Amino acid sequence: MTVYSPSQLEDALNILRDPGFVVIAGGTDYFPSLKMGGSQDNILNVMKLPEMNTITFEEGGFRIGGAVSWTQIIKSDLPAAFDALKAAGQEVGSIQIQNAGTIAGNLCNASPAADGVPPLLALEAEIELQSAKRGKRQIPLVKFLNGIRNTDRQKDELVTSIFVPHPPKGMKSVFTKLGSRSYLVISICMTAISILLNGSGRIIDIRIAVGACSPVAQRLKTLEREMIGCRPNEVAICERHLLSLTPISDVRGSAVFRQEAVAEQIVRSLSRAVL
Amino acid sequence: MNKKLSQSQLIFRLNGETVNIPAPNGRRLSEILRKELSAQDVKIGCNAGDCGACTVLVDGQPVCACLMVAEQAEERDVQTLTGLHRDDPITRNLSESFLNHGSAQCGICTPGMIVSATALLRKNDAPSEDEVKDALGGVLCRCTGYRKIIDAVMNAPAIAEHCNGDVGESVRHLDGRAKVSGELRFGDDVASKESLEILILRSPYHHAKFKFGNLEKYCQDHGLEVTLTAADIPGKNAFGVIPGFIDQPVFAENMVRFKGEAVAAIVGLASILSDLDLSKIPITWEVQSSHHSSSEAEKDGALQLHAGHKNNVMCRGFVSRGTAHAALKKADVVVSGNFTTGIVEHAYIEPEAGFAEVKNGRLEIHACTQAPVMDLESLESILAMHRSKIRIVPTAVGGGFGSKLDLSVQPFLALAALKTHKPVRLCYSREESMQSSTKRHPSNIKVTIGADRSGKICGFLFDGAFDTGAYASWGPTVANRVPVHASGPYNVNDYQASSRGIYTNNPPSGAFRGFGVPQSAIAQESMLDELADKLGLDPLAFRLKNALENGVETVCGQVFEKGVGIKACLKALQPAWIEERQKATEANKSSAVLKYGVGIGVGWYGCGNTSLPNPSTIKAGIFPDGGIRLHQGAMDIGQGSNTVISQIFARALGIPVSDIQLIGPDTDITPDAGKTSASRQTFVSGNAARLAGERLRRQITERLNVSEDAEFSFNGPELTVADRAGKHKLNLQNLPKNGEGFVFFAEETYDPPTKPLDKNGQGHPYAQFGYAAHLAVVVVDTKLGTVKPTKFVAAHDVGKAINPMLVEGQVHGGIAQGLGMALMEEYIAGRTENLHDYLIPTIGDVPNIKTLIVEEEDAHGPYGAKGLGEHVLIPTAPAILNAFKHATGSRLYEIPATPSRVMAALKQRMT
Ligand SMILES: Cc1cc2nc3c(=O)[nH]c(=O)nc-3n(C[C@H](O)[C@H](O)[C@H](O)COP(=O)(O)OP(=O)(O)OC[C@H]3O[C@@H](n4cnc5c(N)ncnc54)[C@H](O)[C@@H]3O)c2cc1C
Ligand code: FES
Ligand code: FES
Repeated sequence: MTVYSPSQLEDALNILRDPGFVVIAGGTDYFPSLKMGGSQDNILNVMKLPEMNTITFEEGGFRIGGAVSWTQIIKSDLPAAFDALKAAGQEVGSIQIQNAGTIAGNLCNASPAADGVPPLLALEAEIELQSAKRGKRQIPLVKFLNGIRNTDRQKDELVTSIFVPHPPKGMKSVFTKLGSRSYLVISICMTAISILLNGSGRIIDIRIAVGACSPVAQRLKTLEREMIGCRPNEVAICERHLLSLTPISDVRGSAVFRQEAVAEQIVRSLSRAVL
Repeated sequence: MNKKLSQSQLIFRLNGETVNIPAPNGRRLSEILRKELSAQDVKIGCNAGDCGACTVLVDGQPVCACLMVAEQAEERDVQTLTGLHRDDPITRNLSESFLNHGSAQCGICTPGMIVSATALLRKNDAPSEDEVKDALGGVLCRCTGYRKIIDAVMNAPAIAEHCNGDVGESVRHLDGRAKVSGELRFGDDVASKESLEILILRSPYHHAKFKFGNLEKYCQDHGLEVTLTAADIPGKNAFGVIPGFIDQPVFAENMVRFKGEAVAAIVGLASILSDLDLSKIPITWEVQSSHHSSSEAEKDGALQLHAGHKNNVMCRGFVSRGTAHAALKKADVVVSGNFTTGIVEHAYIEPEAGFAEVKNGRLEIHACTQAPVMDLESLESILAMHRSKIRIVPTAVGGGFGSKLDLSVQPFLALAALKTHKPVRLCYSREESMQSSTKRHPSNIKVTIGADRSGKICGFLFDGAFDTGAYASWGPTVANRVPVHASGPYNVNDYQASSRGIYTNNPPSGAFRGFGVPQSAIAQESMLDELADKLGLDPLAFRLKNALENGVETVCGQVFEKGVGIKACLKALQPAWIEERQKATEANKSSAVLKYGVGIGVGWYGCGNTSLPNPSTIKAGIFPDGGIRLHQGAMDIGQGSNTVISQIFARALGIPVSDIQLIGPDTDITPDAGKTSASRQTFVSGNAARLAGERLRRQITERLNVSEDAEFSFNGPELTVADRAGKHKLNLQNLPKNGEGFVFFAEETYDPPTKPLDKNGQGHPYAQFGYAAHLAVVVVDTKLGTVKPTKFVAAHDVGKAINPMLVEGQVHGGIAQGLGMALMEEYIAGRTENLHDYLIPTIGDVPNIKTLIVEEEDAHGPYGAKGLGEHVLIPTAPAILNAFKHATGSRLYEIPATPSRVMAALKQRMT
């Protein structure tokens, strides 16, 4: 098992032509899921690729490199619409995990409880993938995540960046996570909301994304639609808004509990968002 | 490709020095640091990012070394505790501060804590409590309850005193220095480099028959050294701790009874073992049905797990006094409730580990343990080897809490060393530690308690089923202890308590801080609150009214003429109780979703074995050069016996603790101070140390014919003794030496006075009890189901606080474990076998704790002292549950009270 740590993207993509490679960024998902007996794969370490290590501002939006860590995001100077993403970052595991773990790794790992997904759904993020053979493509995050531990990434592709289109000016965002303890805890459920109000406090734009209540975190489009034009506290959350959710019962909580907790989270997030 | 993309060498700086090693090929940085670069100060608790014990700084940033591909350290700066302690004044100050607060108990989390805190203090020299929590939230500690760590990092005024370490003084941990510098060696830190590794093959099924194919061939094909199975055991393939219940095989034979049970082991080079594909091991399994609760296993017709144990009943316990049923009929009010508690894992941060070798024809085992002499005796039987051929040298123990009383790695190490004639090592993975180590007994308990209108308890019935898992372990102790304690420290005249241990296919339940008493206290203390409620009495006043007193019979008919401290504990809580109840009521007026509550929980606990002998022997002597040696055989697993027993000895002899050379447990040179369990070390070994100190003192005073309270001062070979009559000098070098080179020598044994229990459990089970009462303040989020304790006040009657700082440390740690048990901890075989899914409290979960030390002198304890180790967690969970009821009006009958269960309970009340 050899480790390759290229410093040029081209080299990295060429290495991935060989299917016997696994990509490692922070390693915080890779090692815990390693089975006894280890992996026979060679390792491509993406942490030395300069183009993947930065957050850049470009026409149309922000580009978060595919090896940017949670700590980098938390410390970056970004518009208020990114507050939810930063808050999610601050709740990922611990400082140790945030220093090593990357946002792209969080998405590629495709856990239903990945804290990065709801904020990025609420930011309408897109994923940029590159391969030596087919070059570059960029797809919406919703299309990238296919299911539990299942993404649209092909074996020879790298997630080179996450693109966030300019959020509307004045958009705010909040993230709320529920867990059974402080720190180092996987979400029972979590909610991210991006919201834009007009001068009289009515909603012009809203994106509500919830995680750990379905195989892939999702936006609640019915609810979002109904809220346009209303004040944040005017719409009562009811079953109809949550029909698309399919929470499961596990050690962290029952399905019924998750469904109710997430409704409460939305209400609270809304009131925090307009504070 | 324009340049070489993979390197054959890895170069980075470790603690300031450049290291250049062959490419590690994707191995973890932690493994490279420990195995290739001797950085044993980097600890491994989980290998999965969940415990933070392996935290190192990479370019100044804390990361988990266990999650970093070593190659990612290339050209970077890696710092571990050893280097930081040597080079960075911030770390050195922090280490001092840890010592001044007693912030390192077992010490296994300390490197991760100090390294993480160093990173914080470098950028913020006066952090707030929240900033400290954010910085240390990724490092788990199972011993301290974190509060003293927070104090140390915030550089709060020192608790430790500059003192001689007399009884009653908060001297620093005598063995603390090695913990805060990274030098201390735990179970996995002592193996010689060339050791072979052992890999245990374990059952993936809860209950199955199995057959091996050709294991020998597998072994040869893969270049392994040897395999071990039941066939390799020269003596009895059985271990256990209670005579008559030695029922657990070292290696299962033909049938496994729990998931994770060992069936075989393979021994070979680490490099080979790590790459083995275990699915190819020739074993065939025939899966059987399994039961996972005592209620299933007790049913008629349930599959019987052990011959001779019908309905899977392992054993029963019983205490009866007066006429409980008749009294309940007379009672004006009666309450009754059924309680369920889950399996709780010890979750010490150090997995079981050790090293063994055959040296001069004798077997030497270096491993973490709570009971070196019991290990020796068990190995004697398993190996059919005379005990003179076995030496147990305990390493430092990174937390035990009861589970390291049982054998774990020791028989495997022994068998492998004997079969290969080579040094061998074994360190359990977190998963196998959790699968195979003992647990707290899950319980189903029914309690019925009556009272008359005046508020006097009138009739008490208790019945508890304790799931002892696949093997007995300490199950019989739990079954015996519970009925003795289930009344709580109250005056109950009409009492009947029965308990039974039930075999199931869960992992063996054994000893865990309190031996079943924390579970019974939950049921009993909850029901007392319900009674108070029904009677319209204040819960504290109600308890005071019924509290046990000096001269009053316990439910076993035992009478203590002094030292019954429960009333004093309750009274100590009174001011906080009144204040906090008022505050909560006030806060609830304006708060609809968040509800505040204040609850109380009470406990008592008998120190030492139940009606059985459990002697401790302490040996000490003085050398001609004036060196005073104390052979202190009580395993210090973080609870502080090295310090406390030295303080007692120092007081008895009349010297400062700094004069003592401490020699720890080692079955070759230190006598048996018994096991570290049952809160017995301060009491029992402490008394032996007191006797040894007193005897040495007497030898000296008699020799010089001075008064008994003469003052000693040792100055090299010259001993000066002063009394009212004047000063005497004694040149120790002129005195005759014994075989060990001592000029004065004492070896003393203490065994607590107890009397057997009759068939109704009447007798003198313990020579002393300790008492405790906790007050918990919680805030309940009634829409999300979270319960957050915001404050504890803990009153503990310890008889005499030998070292108040250490008392506080025990209290904090116990509360953290009680909190975890109440709110989050639940082991489910096959599902929560790691520290990612099995949640223990983090630094963010343990609120401020105020400890009130109560000293009701005990008749037998050294200088009046009582044991404390287990008392500290008994009242916590009931206090939280009672606070929850106060906050919400709902009672929780099932723990842990996870958000999901809390919401279910709240809803039930509304419907
Ligand atoms: C103790 C602990 C606590 C945790 N807590 C949380 C939490 O609270 N919330 C949460 O959401 N997660 C949590 N995690 C999970 C994990 O830390 C995050 O998902 C993290 O963001 C993963 O990033 P990484 O860089 O470490 O991923 P890695 O482990 O390096 O990679 C993860 C996966 O993504 C692939 N990959 C990574 N980068 C790329 C890329 N650029 N292109 C293509 N494939 C790539 C890898 O091949 C691998 O399959 C926790 C993990 C641990 C160990
Ligand atoms: S050993 Fe690395 S976090 Fe536990
Ligand atoms: S002192 Fe922290 S785990 Fe023991």
